Amino acid sequence: MKTVQFREALREAMSEEMRRDENVFLMGEEVAEYNGAYKVSQGMLDEFGDKRVIDTPIAELGFTGIAVGASMNGLRPIVEFMTWNFAILAADQIINSAAKMLQMSGGQYHCPIVFRGGNGQAGQLAATHSQAFESFYAHVPGLKVVTPSNPADAKGLLKSAIRDEDPIVFLESEKMYGDKGEIPEGEYLIPIGLADVKRKGKDVTIVSFGKIIKEAHKAADELKKEGIECEVIDLRTVRPIDYGTVVESIKKTNRCVVVEESWPLASISSEIAYHLQRYAFDYLDAPVMRVTQSDTPFPFSPTLMEEGLPNVNRIIKAVKATMYKN
Amino acid sequence: MAAKSSGKPKKTTKKESSSKKQKFSKETYIKWYKDMLLMRKFEEKAGQLYIQQKFGGFCHLYIGQEAVVAGTVSATKPTDFHMTAYRDHAHPIGLGTDVRKLMAELYGRETGVSKGKGGSMHFFDKEKNFLGGHGIVGAQIPMGAGVAFAEKYKGTDNVTMVSFGDGAARQGALHETFNMAMLWKLPVIFIVENNNYAMGTSVERTTNVMDLSKLGSSYEMPSFVVNGMSPEEVHEAVAMAAERARKGEGPTLLDIKTYRYKGHSMSDPQKYRTKDEVKEYQSKDPIEHCLKVIKDNSYLTEEEIKEIQDWVANEIKEAIEFAENSDYPSKDELYKDVYKTEDYPFIIEY
Repeated sequence: MKTVQFREALREAMSEEMRRDENVFLMGEEVAEYNGAYKVSQGMLDEFGDKRVIDTPIAELGFTGIAVGASMNGLRPIVEFMTWNFAILAADQIINSAAKMLQMSGGQYHCPIVFRGGNGQAGQLAATHSQAFESFYAHVPGLKVVTPSNPADAKGLLKSAIRDEDPIVFLESEKMYGDKGEIPEGEYLIPIGLADVKRKGKDVTIVSFGKIIKEAHKAADELKKEGIECEVIDLRTVRPIDYGTVVESIKKTNRCVVVEESWPLASISSEIAYHLQRYAFDYLDAPVMRVTQSDTPFPFSPTLMEEGLPNVNRIIKAVKATMYKN
Repeated sequence: MAAKSSGKPKKTTKKESSSKKQKFSKETYIKWYKDMLLMRKFEEKAGQLYIQQKFGGFCHLYIGQEAVVAGTVSATKPTDFHMTAYRDHAHPIGLGTDVRKLMAELYGRETGVSKGKGGSMHFFDKEKNFLGGHGIVGAQIPMGAGVAFAEKYKGTDNVTMVSFGDGAARQGALHETFNMAMLWKLPVIFIVENNNYAMGTSVERTTNVMDLSKLGSSYEMPSFVVNGMSPEEVHEAVAMAAERARKGEGPTLLDIKTYRYKGHSMSDPQKYRTKDEVKEYQSKDPIEHCLKVIKDNSYLTEEEIKEIQDWVANEIKEAIEFAENSDYPSKDELYKDVYKTEDYPFIIEY
C-alpha cells in the first residue's frame, strides 16, 4: 500500500488507462498547460502531449458535444468539468445525446465516455457553485453515476469507468482532492455498481456516498462513545444502486439513516427509503431517516452555510431518532 | 438552353446548365436523378401514410431539398461521415440505405434501421457511416465536429459532413463548435440546409444578419453561399470543402440555399408564406432539372427513364409492404440497447 492524495489517485487512474489505450484522451478547461484547475492532471501534458491532453475554451456545451461525437466514432474521451455546476451548460449533450445514443440508434452507436469533475459545495461559493448532482444524473437511464469517497475507491472506480462502454458521470469534490488515503500498489479495478461496507456495526445503518460520508464517519465515532454501533455503507455508485448490500445491513440493524449532500426532494435518500419500505418492510423497527442539504439554494454566509449542510450533530440526532433516543 | 432549370435563389454564383458540355458525367446525372426521385417518392408516400395515421410521432419531409444530399454524397467518399438533424429521411437514401429499413423505422417495426427505437427523427445506419438523425436542434453540430475530431485523432483523411437547418444556426452550440473546429482545424463541413424557415419563422424574423454565411466570419472560417437547388453547385462546393479538410486546412461553412416545398412538419398549415413563393421554387426543381439534362443530352431513352421511375415506384411499394408485414419489437426489447453492460440491474416493478 502507499499513501496518495485523492487527486493523485485520479491522475494515476487516467494515466494508466492512457498508457494502456491510445484512444483514451483528456479534455477540459485548464487540464493541460495549467496542469488542472485543481491539479488533478498535473504532469499529464508532459507525458502524453497536446494531442491527448487538450485545453478547451470555456464552452462546456461545445466541447462536451465534440467529446460525445468522438466517443461515437471510436475514441474514449475523459471530459473534465471544472465543477459539475458548469456542466449544466452541457447537460443537453450528456442527457439528450450520450445517455440515449445506444437506444435511439437501435444499438448501432454507443458512447464510451467519462464526464468527471468536482461536485457539491466547496466552501463559501454561494448558490451557483455549490450544487450536488448525484440524484439529477441518477435519474437518467443510459448513464451510470459514480460517487467515490476516498482515494482508493476513486482510482479503482475511475479505471473501471474509463474501460466501461457506457457513458459515466463521475462525481468528485474540490474538498476531497487533497484528502490522503492508502491505495494498493500496482494495478487494480473496482467494479461499478457495488457498495462497500466501510464500517461494521449492529445498531443503525448509515447509508451515504461521496464526500459527505466523512460526516457520517465522524458521527459514527461520536456515537460509539455512547455505545451506539453504526454500520456505514458507502454506495460508491448511485446508478445503479447496490440495494442488496443495504437491505442485508437493515436485516441486521433494523434501522437506517441516509446522509446525502443534495436536496431532499426526489433524492437518493428518498429512493433508498422507498426501496426499504418496499423490500425490507418487515425488518424496519423505525422509519428511515435522512440528513440532506437544506431545501434551499446554498447561501454564502458561513452561518447559513453551516446551517444548511449535513453535519455530525444532525446525523447523530437522526441516528438517535431511529432508536427512539434523545 | 435550359432556361428554367438554371434558376437560382439570389446571391449565388451564376452558372448555366448546358446541353452541350456537361461538367458532370452521364452516370452522375442518372444517379442524381434516380436517388433524388427515390427520396422524393419516399417522402411523398411518408407524408400520405402519416396523414392516414399508419405511424405516429413527428414527420419532417425533405421534399424540395434533395439536391443538397445528392450533391453532397456524389462529392464525398464512402469512408466519409454524415450526420444531420431530425429532417433525416433523405440522407440515408442518398447514402444507399435500403428504403425498406427506413420505412419500417417510420412504422416503429423491429426491422427498422434503428430497430424501431428511433423513429422518423432518429435514423442511423452505421454501415453507411450515417450517424443520425438528431432531435435536439443544433445538438449534432458539436457531435459532428467530434466525429471529425476522432478521424483527425486517428490520422485518417476522412471528412465529416454535419447538416443543420437555418433555425439551428441560432443555437449557441454552433458558435462554440465553430470556434473549436477552427482552432483545432477539424476536417468537418458545416452544411446549412437553409430553407429560409425555422419551423414557421423566417430567417429575417430571427436575426439582424440575413446572410448566414457570415456566421463563419467571426472565426475566420471559409464560408460560401451555394445554390441548393442545383446538385452540380452543391457537389462543387462540397468537393472543394472536402479537399480543404483532407489537406488539413480545417472546416468550411456552406450556406446552401434550398427550399422545402412542404410544411415544417405534417401539422404545419404554412400560413407564413405564399403559394407563389412555393411555386417559384418548384419551378427550379432539381429532379426536373436532372431529367431535362438527361433528355437534352439523350443520356437515356424514354423507356429507360420510365424504367427508373417504375423501379422507384416499386421500391416504395415494397418498402411499405415490408414495413407493414414486419413485427413491432418484442416487449423484451424495452430493456435492450439502453446499456452496453449486459446485466444492468434495471428497476422493474409491476
